[in-house]
Amino acid sequence: MNEAVKISTQHLSFYYGDFLALNDICLEIPANQVTALIGPSGCGKSTYLRCLNRMNDLIARTRTEGTILLDGNNILDPNQDVVSLRSRVGMVFQKPNPFPKSIFENVAYGLRVNGIRDRAYIAGKVEESLKQAALWDEVKDRITDSALGLSGGQQQRLCIARALAVSPEVLLMDEPASALDPISTQKIEELIHELKINYTIIIVTHNMQQAARVSDITAFFYVGKLIEVDETDTIFTRPGIKQTEDYITGRFG
Amino acid sequence: MLKPTEPATIENPQTAFDSTPAPRFYLQRRRRIMQKIVFSAFRTAAVVNALALAIVVYFMAANGWKAISWTFLTQPPTNSMTQGGILPCIVGTLCLSLGAMILAFPIGIASAIYMSEYARPGRLLRIIRLGINNLAGVPSVVFGLFGLGFFVVYLKFGVSILSGALTLGAMTLPVIISTTEESLRSVPDTYREASLALGANKLQTICRVVLPSAMPGILTSAILGLSRAAGETAPIMFTAAVFYVPHLPSSIFDEIMALPYHIYVLATAGTEIEATRHLQYGTALVLVALVLGLNLTAILYRSRVRKRLR
Repeated sequence: MNEAVKISTQHLSFYYGDFLALNDICLEIPANQVTALIGPSGCGKSTYLRCLNRMNDLIARTRTEGTILLDGNNILDPNQDVVSLRSRVGMVFQKPNPFPKSIFENVAYGLRVNGIRDRAYIAGKVEESLKQAALWDEVKDRITDSALGLSGGQQQRLCIARALAVSPEVLLMDEPASALDPISTQKIEELIHELKINYTIIIVTHNMQQAARVSDITAFFYVGKLIEVDETDTIFTRPGIKQTEDYITGRFG
Repeated sequence: MLKPTEPATIENPQTAFDSTPAPRFYLQRRRRIMQKIVFSAFRTAAVVNALALAIVVYFMAANGWKAISWTFLTQPPTNSMTQGGILPCIVGTLCLSLGAMILAFPIGIASAIYMSEYARPGRLLRIIRLGINNLAGVPSVVFGLFGLGFFVVYLKFGVSILSGALTLGAMTLPVIISTTEESLRSVPDTYREASLALGANKLQTICRVVLPSAMPGILTSAILGLSRAAGETAPIMFTAAVFYVPHLPSSIFDEIMALPYHIYVLATAGTEIEATRHLQYGTALVLVALVLGLNLTAILYRSRVRKRLR
């Protein structure tokens, strides 16, 4: 792990009311790598992910402590502009959630809300993003059709294209393939491989094989604590901690 | 007590064609009959509803059909309102109900957006909601008196379209707010999250994602409000409508005639109550047709919006 650090989390704790969901997390996310967050349900990995673009701000009665440095700047700073943070840190959700708009408008949405009016630029960016998300060939002839007519797998790739269109630096993926069939899942995984050239990717997954296939670094969370983080090969072959080994071999979880 | 019985199978035809049915089958049949009875009751209830409407419409049409003519729709009343038409009433009701919508719709939608999207659950929201629920329960004649006291007298708007539209608007607000709020709440949170995660702020999220998705429901609120406003008599009898005006309104400070009030006047205070029966039914028929027409426009628009969302 000698690459540049994109995100550095220092002593991050997060509370839902009085419930401590994340307990003193220290984790460094390397740039242009895929970091997988694994762990049983309720271990805090999704909460951690949603701290990174401050989506947890939307939930009432929550509290965050510690620091999260994105390129060295603390994004938990009260003066941090959340809107601009979210266009730097994109997110793909567990369930495909395209807007009830056309395919084109879904991808153009992020550009439009960020004040871009230039039609030619938007059209070019939409095409580029759809190509990056390996969806262009399937939809280029029906770009003005409703996005809700796409299959689940296509919808999820559309959501990835939508996130890519605003040119984020980091892409957060919260179990992006859990609602998809194996073929769509495979496409998404191939996509993640290609995207890490340009983006820093953090993926939450319940699927151990998926973590092993797509990630360079794997972090294991358990009841709100970061138990172990290492290169994926090491975690899956020679885990340093007993709990990690028990989890990845399926003895609990 | 239920006893375990031999399952009816092809290998065991004895049981399958037994003349006395086993308790289990007997119970199944009873359950099926019970279900049929209950569903028939539900169906009857639904049919009674439709029937009631059909009878009302038939009664009005049968009694009022004779009165409907081109003159009736395009001329003012003549001969102490025993002859001629009802054009001023049609125009008056259109002005009042559309005016009420123009005034109440923006306020209603803004309130609903505040309550559904911005307000944190707490005391203020509870008080606002209590106020709206109580407003919905206020009888329409009380709105009429309020309109008279506040808009007509205190604000010196006089008996006018403006006073009537404001009164009707106040009356329809709770309907608009609660229907709109419900449709905003039914927009999935995943849309809001997706929008915010793309760097949209809250206002952009509401304008570009939440409102368009809730539009069919919001239009429903407009339909309900409009129908209510067009048909009410009590709120306008002190604030806008008068017995007789020979000309059409030319400003929002004019007194006007209105369909529901005209029916009330002809049926209770006219010079020839019996002789104008067919005019009363004819006016009622026009009122129903007018409300239907306004609603139909909104419904057609709504189905177009729905199609766009799919």
